[in-house]
Amino acid sequence: MKRERPEADGETFATRSGLPLEPCYGPESVRSPPPPPGAFPFTRGIHPTMYRGKPWTMRQYAGFGTPAETNERFRYLLAQGQTGLSLALDLPTQLGLDSDDPEAEGEVGKVGVAIDSLDDMEAVFEGIPLGQVSTSMTINATASILLAMYEAAATRQGVPPERIAGTVQNDLLKEFGARGAWIFPIDPSMRLAVDVIEDCVGRLPRFNPISVASHYRDAGASPAEELAYTLAAGTTYVRACLDRGIPVDRFAPRLSFFFYTYTNFFEEVAKYRAGRRLWATLMRDRFGAKEPQSLAMRIACVCGGHSLTRAEPLGNVARTTLETLAVACAGVQSVFTAAHDEAFAIPTELSARTALRVQQIVAQETEVAKVADPLGGSYFVEALTDAMEDRGREILDELEARGGMVECLRSGLVQQRIARGAYEQQRAIESGAQPLVGVNYPPGLPPAGARGEEPDGIATQRLSRTAAMEKAKALARLRRGRDAGRVELSLFRLADEARGTQNLMAPIREAVLAYATVGEIARTLRQVFGIYQPPTAF
Amino acid sequence: MAARRIRVLIGKPGLDGHDRGARVVAMALRDAGMEVVYSGLRASVAQLASAAEQEDVDVIGLSVLSGAHLSACRRLIEELRRRGIEIPLVLGGVIPKEDHEELRRLGVAAIFGPESPLEEIVRTVSGLGFNGGSDR
Repeated sequence: MKRERPEADGETFATRSGLPLEPCYGPESVRSPPPPPGAFPFTRGIHPTMYRGKPWTMRQYAGFGTPAETNERFRYLLAQGQTGLSLALDLPTQLGLDSDDPEAEGEVGKVGVAIDSLDDMEAVFEGIPLGQVSTSMTINATASILLAMYEAAATRQGVPPERIAGTVQNDLLKEFGARGAWIFPIDPSMRLAVDVIEDCVGRLPRFNPISVASHYRDAGASPAEELAYTLAAGTTYVRACLDRGIPVDRFAPRLSFFFYTYTNFFEEVAKYRAGRRLWATLMRDRFGAKEPQSLAMRIACVCGGHSLTRAEPLGNVARTTLETLAVACAGVQSVFTAAHDEAFAIPTELSARTALRVQQIVAQETEVAKVADPLGGSYFVEALTDAMEDRGREILDELEARGGMVECLRSGLVQQRIARGAYEQQRAIESGAQPLVGVNYPPGLPPAGARGEEPDGIATQRLSRTAAMEKAKALARLRRGRDAGRVELSLFRLADEARGTQNLMAPIREAVLAYATVGEIARTLRQVFGIYQPPTAF
Repeated sequence: MAARRIRVLIGKPGLDGHDRGARVVAMALRDAGMEVVYSGLRASVAQLASAAEQEDVDVIGLSVLSGAHLSACRRLIEELRRRGIEIPLVLGGVIPKEDHEELRRLGVAAIFGPESPLEEIVRTVSGLGFNGGSDR
């Protein structure tokens, strides 16, 4: 019989992490079947019945322009059946600059909403009951400030601190390693991160004070590297909390994680299963955690990111569908499915709705949410989970041997490996070694730029050009109307405590309630802590 | 006499921290035999202009993904003009089609997107660098 496509001599098959792929898997490929879902080490999921008992939260990243524009988009998404909120903040807010700061020029309201003061936070959530809906905020260097504003906005709605639910990302290590939204040097950044964790553990029992995030992947890391770097960062925060004197079983249940998911379906499923197994084992064996909630890794994820193409963007709906199905098979807790026009601009109402519909179709029209760990027991998936666990542990051990994650970030080792990975991936795409449909496949396709200009069905969301001006006016009004003495006193106290070792959440809350701005609070901290100086080698 | 190697400044202006593209392009240009300086994140317009001047570069490549490309290019071009420096400027990132004409009018020599092949970027930069170099 004639084979359709003979294997070339020496042709090998491997995953994106370089894990070898066999032509077929059998019982001999698997080490031992994992325990049921809900049981240590949680390979098969953290709950016994998974989505039957608790569906994943559909949480689409949204926010742009002014607080009023973002409030409108939030209400639209909730009306379309979204089950949680995810607040996108503009870069000035992420970097502690007010909207009228000269350094913020051109950036106000662009990649997220511009928040300057408590007034803005209240406006974003106007009419949205913060006692019922949970909110995730992708905020890191200024997480402490935004968390204080969120709590205050909820209090004004009559929702007490112990009832608010949500997440602040609050993971500075990946900002140094991959995402770049840092302000302060590494040590004071770690201190602030732990301040937020300590404060939440004591006062906001339903809030996740950190979401250890895997932006390393979107910057160029392989899935196995992504997993290892993220877990290494996780253990760094655990050590920092222990050093602060917080008992492990008190904070560990509140730690959460955030990962990227691309179209390498089976490897992604294996990554999450292996990740839970590695984390549970680390927490038990290295840190002596005992409570099941301390060992169970809770995961949020994004489906999209760098896997999405600018060429033939409608194909991205198929990509995010595969990715969303993968994370549902993997048993994650919260999902953001990116819009297919992500490589163009922030999503329009139509593309944002379509992305949410992808999640709803996966959840409602397939069986995936009705059965825990539906791929469990597949020879292939179990073997790949084992292989991913081994590879992840190898990289973790290597990082540890080189002095740990912080040391590897200081030296620039992690950043350089990631950049090298990104370069190799780009070359693999351009040589055709890694097929990317609509970009380099089918073979002979002319380059995207040479195929006529604007692609099918894309109407990019235009941003109002007046957001910055509106925000500057609002700031001027705010500064006229507030008690200037109270603001000054609160910032003075913050600076004073920043020079000491106290938890800074209380003085930050006081400044927020005095209507000090994000820029003023961050400037006060910058004056004490200084600014991070990154390695620029590439 | 051996030809002078083309020198390029890869700049990351504004507040955006996503420098995957900037680093990949920097590596590709270096592999193509050019000398490449990377500004690092959040380079100000004044820092970029000074670096271009001090490093005597033939081409500047800016990477912007945050939507701040118009103001970044406008301000850098003004700053270069103020200092009397003429260096070709190319731009890469998430740049909507609607803005291309305005960018060209400002004086941006080439605009690249997420799927521009590295080869094309290398060819364009090297062409611009060669022309720039011959004037000196």
